[in-house]
Amino acid sequence: MNTVEGLVNQIQGLSTTASDVLSLQNLLKQADDSLHAESTRLFPFLDQLDPSKHSLGYLYFLEACTAGPVTKEQAGSYVLMIARFITSCIAEQIRLAPDKFITVCKRFKDQVLLLEEPLRGVAPMLTAIRKLQSSSEHLTALHPEFLLLCLLSRCYKAGLSILEEDVFEVDQPRDLFLFCYYGGMISIGQKWFQKALELLHNVVTAPMSTVNAIAVEAFKKYILVSLIHHGQSPANLPKYASSVAQRNLKNLCQPYIELANSYSNGKIADIETYVEANKDKFESDNNLGLVKQAVSSMYKRNIQRLTQTYLTLSLQDIANRVQLNSPKEAEMHVLQMIKDGEIYATINQKDGMVRFLEDPEQYKTCEMIEHIDSSIQRLMTLSKKLNGVDELMSCDPLYLLKAGRERQRFDFDDFDNVPQRFNI
Amino acid sequence: MDGEDDAPKSLMEEMYANGIEGVDDAPSSSTSTTIRKNRPIISGEQLDIEAYAALYSGRTKIMRLIFLADHCDNSGMQLEALRMAYDELKKGENTQLFREVVQKIDGRLGPNYSMDATWCAMVDRKADQRKDKLESELNAYRTNLIKESIRMGYNDFGDFYYAHGALGDAFKSYVRTRDYCTTSKHIIQMCLSAILVSIEMGQFAHVTSYVSKAEQTPEALDPPTIAKLRCAAGLAHLEAKKYKLAARKFLEVGPELGNSYSEVIAPQDNKVIDNINFRNFLELVPEVRELINDFYSSHYASCLEYLGNLKSNLMLDIHIHDHVETLYDQIRSKALIQYTHPFVSVDMRMMADAFKTSVAGLEKELESLITDNQIQARIDSHNKILYARHADQRNATFQRVLQTGNEFDWDVRAMLLRANLLKHEYNLRASRKI
Repeated sequence: MNTVEGLVNQIQGLSTTASDVLSLQNLLKQADDSLHAESTRLFPFLDQLDPSKHSLGYLYFLEACTAGPVTKEQAGSYVLMIARFITSCIAEQIRLAPDKFITVCKRFKDQVLLLEEPLRGVAPMLTAIRKLQSSSEHLTALHPEFLLLCLLSRCYKAGLSILEEDVFEVDQPRDLFLFCYYGGMISIGQKWFQKALELLHNVVTAPMSTVNAIAVEAFKKYILVSLIHHGQSPANLPKYASSVAQRNLKNLCQPYIELANSYSNGKIADIETYVEANKDKFESDNNLGLVKQAVSSMYKRNIQRLTQTYLTLSLQDIANRVQLNSPKEAEMHVLQMIKDGEIYATINQKDGMVRFLEDPEQYKTCEMIEHIDSSIQRLMTLSKKLNGVDELMSCDPLYLLKAGRERQRFDFDDFDNVPQRFNI
Repeated sequence: MDGEDDAPKSLMEEMYANGIEGVDDAPSSSTSTTIRKNRPIISGEQLDIEAYAALYSGRTKIMRLIFLADHCDNSGMQLEALRMAYDELKKGENTQLFREVVQKIDGRLGPNYSMDATWCAMVDRKADQRKDKLESELNAYRTNLIKESIRMGYNDFGDFYYAHGALGDAFKSYVRTRDYCTTSKHIIQMCLSAILVSIEMGQFAHVTSYVSKAEQTPEALDPPTIAKLRCAAGLAHLEAKKYKLAARKFLEVGPELGNSYSEVIAPQDNKVIDNINFRNFLELVPEVRELINDFYSSHYASCLEYLGNLKSNLMLDIHIHDHVETLYDQIRSKALIQYTHPFVSVDMRMMADAFKTSVAGLEKELESLITDNQIQARIDSHNKILYARHADQRNATFQRVLQTGNEFDWDVRAMLLRANLLKHEYNLRASRKI
């Protein structure tokens, strides 16, 4: 008891300046075990601490509190408390103990799910991420949790802001896998197929030593999305994908690869029979909706091909060539595509003819110039960043050691060891 | 050469009347065993097998006769061919082919042509004897280590196997002589034999390699040998479907060779006509000349008609048989492309008349050509007009630029991410080691 009270007092006392906080942190670390031992009785002490000032201490207490199994009633109160804590805590103090913070947030997510109200967790989790991140390019362990909540609560737009940021620094590869996978799913839900492709591609080509289930599922979705978006699926994984992935992913996703093959043949009847035949497999992977989208995208693909060869075409002809059932359906499809901006055409209902137009974009407007200009700027920044990383890498002692061992030796000097350290 | 002009019409009628695949015969490519004369044969009711066969000799004659027999529907002609094959075989020593032919005849020609078992047995026995003799000779030479005799021994062996139809062994023996060749003439001889055998076996990869080997020998080659080599190379390329290469090779051959080459050359560029050699040779084959002229003066209908006639003949030729379809398609599409090239807009009805097809069929053909990007145009299906389309360079450039930018962006970001992951892993491993 005394220790806990004493701790509380110290927290209250030492939470003001940065150096105090550091010493507080050491104290807390030492006291951690005793805190955990008394986890059941810590609850009332939390009221004595103010999360907005004594964030670090509060965090430790909170973590110890929630360490044990939590019932549904308790979960409710905990959720409220943690949410309040997250919104009001100080970022710098939190960052001193990131693991604890992450654990607390994860437990928060579990409790929210226990209560079956994922929506409650979305906003606090977002705040938590922002506070934990050292920069916007940093991927924390909380990102995937957050996206999971977004998915479960179906509020995809919240996940938007997180997905738009580029990620360069990663703590744990597993976080990245989950993040990209969930992100891909959210993007598919919002029909941003390009973004989904990027994210899923990252999962599939990430370096991994063994095939993991996330990569397999991601690959299945990747094939489907690239069918929808590009009309063709990648024949082979690019060379930079890990060899493990290259060898095994294809074997594990056999029905999808066959689907892609029959897609490329262009016969709608074939692909529909194939889908019917393998319905269960697709369903068990929760991919049936995506598969149906892929099939319907085939019509679009065929119509787009027609714009390349014909100037005008009757609706009846379109229906025949694309294997639709009637000119009415063809008209509907074409109308939809014009609305979505996928083709440029005019429909003459009197003759039942469709006239295909060229892309009217002349690349002469101000907006286009701005667009091009901003793209150039963005790429230049990216280029500089790339150079920076390259330089950093070249100075890395481990890299030098390895490169030095395998370089060619033309000169006497080359036989010396690569200098690893300057000892002056 | 007379009756040439009404030949096409009569051909058409006869084709339908007799249901025969080939009526008019045009001589086809030679092989290195024979040199043929170039004579279009005006036929009567039936394919003149005797005349056809007289153009060849040796093994190819037998093979061609068998091929004819397999592909002709008319049993009269079949039997004729088989009978000639039988006679030929009896003169030679190839018992295996003999048995095959006998099976095909199946007793339809009467008792004279049934399985002559005694003759077979006799031939076989003689063969074995000769083989033993050759073997012992060869061993003797080998112990003596006289290069020249060893080479001759292997050569004899090769000839022997060839006469008996054991082509694989023949090939092996010929190849073994290579080790003992001293002068380039020997090498050339060896190469020629090897080529011959490989052509028969259908292994055209070997043919190409030996042809190149023969061409590399330092001594100058005399024209007939060059012709033979070129011809062999051409055949090999034909098999490999490299029609352009084949055409070029054939072109370099002197005017003595056959007109099927012209079919191959037709898909080639215009420069062909200017080739003097080719012109000389064309003089000898007026029908084909007509065809080519038509092609280049855009009389496509008559051109295609001639093609149709020749088609039947070509089907009977062993070597071209498989490629006739592809060649025809190519020639046709080339004609179509050439027709549309100079125009901004073309009325499809007129074009359909020129090519003797319906507008719908023409539309389909054009569609496939446009999809393959061989014609730059678009079809106005309502008015049935073909409009030429010229890509807008400026727009296309902008589009490409933006697209490249996006791809670069994406690639680099993904790469940085991966690099980071790798570094992390590496650090992990390093820290574990330490």
